[in-house]
Amino acid sequence: MSREWPLWEIFVRGRRGLSHVHVGSLHAADAQMALRNARDLYTRRQEGVSIWVVPASAIMASSPEEKDPFFDPAADKIYRHPTFYTIPSEARHL
Amino acid sequence: MTEQPALASYALRLGDDALILSQRLSEWISRAPQLEEDVAMANIALDLLGQARTLLTYAGEVEGMGRSEDDLAYFRDDRQYRNLHMVELENGDFAQTIARQLAFSSYQLEMYLALRRSRDETLAGVAGKAVKEVTYHRDHATQWTLRLGDGTEESRRRMQAGIERVWPYVDEMFRSDPLEQALAADGLAVDARELRPGWDEYVGAVLRQATLTRPQTRTAPGGGRQGLHTEQLGYLLGEMQYLARSHPYSRW
Repeated sequence: MSREWPLWEIFVRGRRGLSHVHVGSLHAADAQMALRNARDLYTRRQEGVSIWVVPASAIMASSPEEKDPFFDPAADKIYRHPTFYTIPSEARHL
Repeated sequence: MTEQPALASYALRLGDDALILSQRLSEWISRAPQLEEDVAMANIALDLLGQARTLLTYAGEVEGMGRSEDDLAYFRDDRQYRNLHMVELENGDFAQTIARQLAFSSYQLEMYLALRRSRDETLAGVAGKAVKEVTYHRDHATQWTLRLGDGTEESRRRMQAGIERVWPYVDEMFRSDPLEQALAADGLAVDARELRPGWDEYVGAVLRQATLTRPQTRTAPGGGRQGLHTEQLGYLLGEMQYLARSHPYSRW
């Protein structure tokens, strides 16, 4: 076993009905301890009702070099955004 | 009315346990093996400090001599402290601290669970809130005991040594005296002797699962409830009280 504990990514759900949101990362010996450390580090001020911990090594991230082929083609496809509807004046809170 | 001094003494005992252990755990801040554990220790210490503040304030009120929580925390000497020896023990290594956490939080949880039924509203209220906090403290200690005990050869040796070190101080937690028994008979306090079976069952199961051996050690003499303490408490109070005594009643 290496001396360094593995890194875990922490996701906290703020309220029922919301999604889990990434809040940061921490070190812990295993998943159970990661949960407890996350409770101490990220929910001290009542931020959450549920915590997920994920081994950082299990996350596959897109790389900065792939930014253009990944994301640029979406820039000129305005028809993917629902911006061509006129919103009835009665519906105020859309 | 005759119950008042006894009730104040009882609140002071529970408050002193929480205060002294809080101070001990705070010593880990910036020194724990990992940043994450640093925060965990600090959180537990803060929970205990919150319990201590309410209990000392209440002890002062019931006593009726105008002493505040600060008077009680900062301007009593060791002979006037009523905490158990368990909580004043030096921290030792991380495993020894965890061993004490397991022993004490298991006791404290049983005590608060029973104290929730107290006829005294303040004590019952403190207990109701503290049960959730101490449930977490016990879980934290349990998780670490299992991992260190059933871990590497080195961690197992240290965890067993930690258990051996704190074990002589276990019996004192479950001693009772006439003051406590009289209050318990009135439905105000908890007779500590009744907490032992629950404690034995829980701690015994954790030790077994962690492949640790229940120590066969002698029992330390105790006396914390009567104001007789180990020399460790003097050093602890020296550090804790220094600022308040150098600048009495300063506010910032």
